[in-house]
Amino acid sequence: MTPRPATNSFGRALASHAILIAYTVIALFPVLVIVVNSFKQRNAIFRSPLSLPNSETFSLVGYETVMAQGDFLHYFQNSLVVTVASLFFVLLFGAMAAFALSEYRFRGNSLMGLYLALGIMIPIRLGTVAILQLMVAGGLVNTLTALILVYTAQGLPLAVFILSEFMKQVSDDLKNAGRIDGLSEYTIFFRLVLPLVRPAMATVAVFTMIPIWNDLWFPLILAPAEETKTVTLGAQVFIGQFVTNWNAVLSALSLAILPVLVLYIIFSRQLIAGITAGAVK
Amino acid sequence: MGSLELRNVRKSFGSVDVLRGINLEVADGEFVVFVGPSGCGKSTLLRIIAGLEHATEGSLIIGGRDVSAVPPAKRGIAMVFQTYALYPHLNVRDNMGLGLKQAGMPKADIAARVKTAAAMLSLDALLERRPAELSGGQRQRVAIGRAIVREPDLFLFDEPLSNLDAALRVQTRLEIARLHDEIGTTMVYVTHDQVEAMTLADRIVVLHGGVIQQVGSPMELYNDPANIFVAGFIGSPKMNFIEGSVVGRDGVHTLGVRPEHITLDSEGGDIEGRVTHVEHLGADTNIYLDCAAVGLLVVRGFGEQLVEPGSRQYARFDTERTFAFSADGSRAGV
Repeated sequence: MTPRPATNSFGRALASHAILIAYTVIALFPVLVIVVNSFKQRNAIFRSPLSLPNSETFSLVGYETVMAQGDFLHYFQNSLVVTVASLFFVLLFGAMAAFALSEYRFRGNSLMGLYLALGIMIPIRLGTVAILQLMVAGGLVNTLTALILVYTAQGLPLAVFILSEFMKQVSDDLKNAGRIDGLSEYTIFFRLVLPLVRPAMATVAVFTMIPIWNDLWFPLILAPAEETKTVTLGAQVFIGQFVTNWNAVLSALSLAILPVLVLYIIFSRQLIAGITAGAVK
Repeated sequence: MGSLELRNVRKSFGSVDVLRGINLEVADGEFVVFVGPSGCGKSTLLRIIAGLEHATEGSLIIGGRDVSAVPPAKRGIAMVFQTYALYPHLNVRDNMGLGLKQAGMPKADIAARVKTAAAMLSLDALLERRPAELSGGQRQRVAIGRAIVREPDLFLFDEPLSNLDAALRVQTRLEIARLHDEIGTTMVYVTHDQVEAMTLADRIVVLHGGVIQQVGSPMELYNDPANIFVAGFIGSPKMNFIEGSVVGRDGVHTLGVRPEHITLDSEGGDIEGRVTHVEHLGADTNIYLDCAAVGLLVVRGFGEQLVEPGSRQYARFDTERTFAFSADGSRAGV
C-alpha cells in the first residue's frame, strides 16, 4: 500500500469517506437492483422494485427458469472460453508488440506505434460488414474462433499503447545485464520484463475483459447459433417483443456477474502486488 | 588474455557523431578509466566494448580475437551497471549464477564459484535474499559478485558508484581497487567523477566530444595535460585560466595555473585582487580572489588559512608549474 502523510483531521477523513461512499452507492445501485429483484416474484418486482425480498415476495422462479430453459451452463462456458482466450492473445501479442516498439530502434518505429494505437480511436464495429464477409469467406461463422479473433483485434490497440509506455520504464541496465549473461531476447521478455510490468498487464486485462464479456453485438452477428451462444446473448431469449420474462432476465444477468467478478478479483490482486520494488534504484 | 584493442571505432546515431575514431590499446591486467563530461561518448564506447551497441565503423579486439560481430555473452566480458540491474525475481545466489547456468556449466562448479565470490565480497550471509531485501551497497556488491563468477577476461564498470552515498562510495571504491589487486584482470571503468578516475586508474582516458583528448597515468594528466580541456577537467578546484597578456606573458594566449600553485601575499605578486569568499575545508582552504583584469581566481591553501574576506591580496604564481596554451587550446611552448 502507498504510504500516506499523517492527517489528524477527522473532518477531512469523514468528508473523503462520504464522497467515496456516495460514489460507491451510485455505481453499485443498478447492480444491486438487478440482484435483489432476481430473487423476487414478478408482481413484487413491479410493485416495489427497490424493496428487499421478504418471506412473501421471495422466489427463485427466475433461476429455475434459467436453469430449465436453454443451456445456460453451456453459454457460460462459451463466454468464458471467448473471454479467456481473447484476453490471453491480447496480452501476449500486445506485450510482444509493445516490447518491440519500446526496445528496438528500427525505421518506422514511431509510425508503427501510431498505426497500432489508431485502433483506440476507431470503433471496430464500423467494420462489422467487412468482418462478417471475412468470416463467411473463411467459414468461421458460428464458431467461437470468429469471436476470439475479433476481440483480439479489438483489444490489441489499447494493450500496445499502455504496455509500451510501461515497458519504456523498465531499466535498460536490467535488460543489458540479461544480454551479457547470455539470455535470449525471449527470455529477457518473458522472465525479466513481463514480471516488472505485471501491474500494467492487470490493468490492460481488466479493461479488455469487461467489454468482451458484456458484448452483445458480435455474438449476435457472428455466432448466434445455439452451440456458440454467449451468456449475454443467451439472456436475450427471455426478452420478447411483447412479453419479457423479467425474473429470468434478472437471474441470468445476476449469474453473469459472477465469473467476471472472479476474474476481476484475480487481476486486481496483481494490480496491488508490486514486486518491482527495489529491483533497480 | 585480457587485452583490449580499439581500432578506429566510430559511432553515429543518425546524423549525430558520438564517437569520431577511437584508437586505444589496453594491456592485460591494466585498470583503465574512461572519464569525461556527460555526453562525451564514454558510456557509448563502453556499450560498444560490451557488445550492447554496434560500432558504425572500426573493429574491436579482446584477447587477440576480433569480437566486433560476437554477441555480448560470448565476448568473455562481465559488466557492472550503475543501477545494479539485479534480477528482481532471483535471490543473490541465483543472480550470481545465472550467467554460468546459461553457459551450461555443471551445478557443482557454479556453486563453487558463487561461494568463492561471495566470500571475497562478504556476501555469504545474504545468498538467500532477494535484491529487494538488500541495501544499495549490498546490491552493488552482488552486482560485482555476478561479474566475478563469470571469470571474464575483461571487467566493464559503468559508473558503478554513482547511486551510492558518499561514505559507501569511498568504501566500494577501495573494494574495487582491492579486487583488481587480487584477481589482476583487465578492467575498464567509466565515470564522470575525476576523483574515482585518479584513485583507481593505472591509465586514464579523457574523452570529450567523441574524441580521446589524452591517455596517461593520473599524475601524467595532472602534471602534463595535453590541452586546455584536460587541464581544466583534471584537478579540483578547477585550474585557473588567465589571458597571457594580462600577466605580462605576451607570447602566450592562455596561462593555466592550478589553485594549489598560487600563494597569497599581501605585499606584492603577479596579480592583485580582493578576497570575496573563503571556504574552510579543514585540510585545506579555498580562497576566491576577485581580480579586476581576469575575473575570479581560486587559490587553494594548505591547512587553515587566516584570510579576511574583503581584504586585498596579491596572487603569486609558482612559475615552474604554470601551463601555456595557444589559441586552439593545445599546449604551447613556454
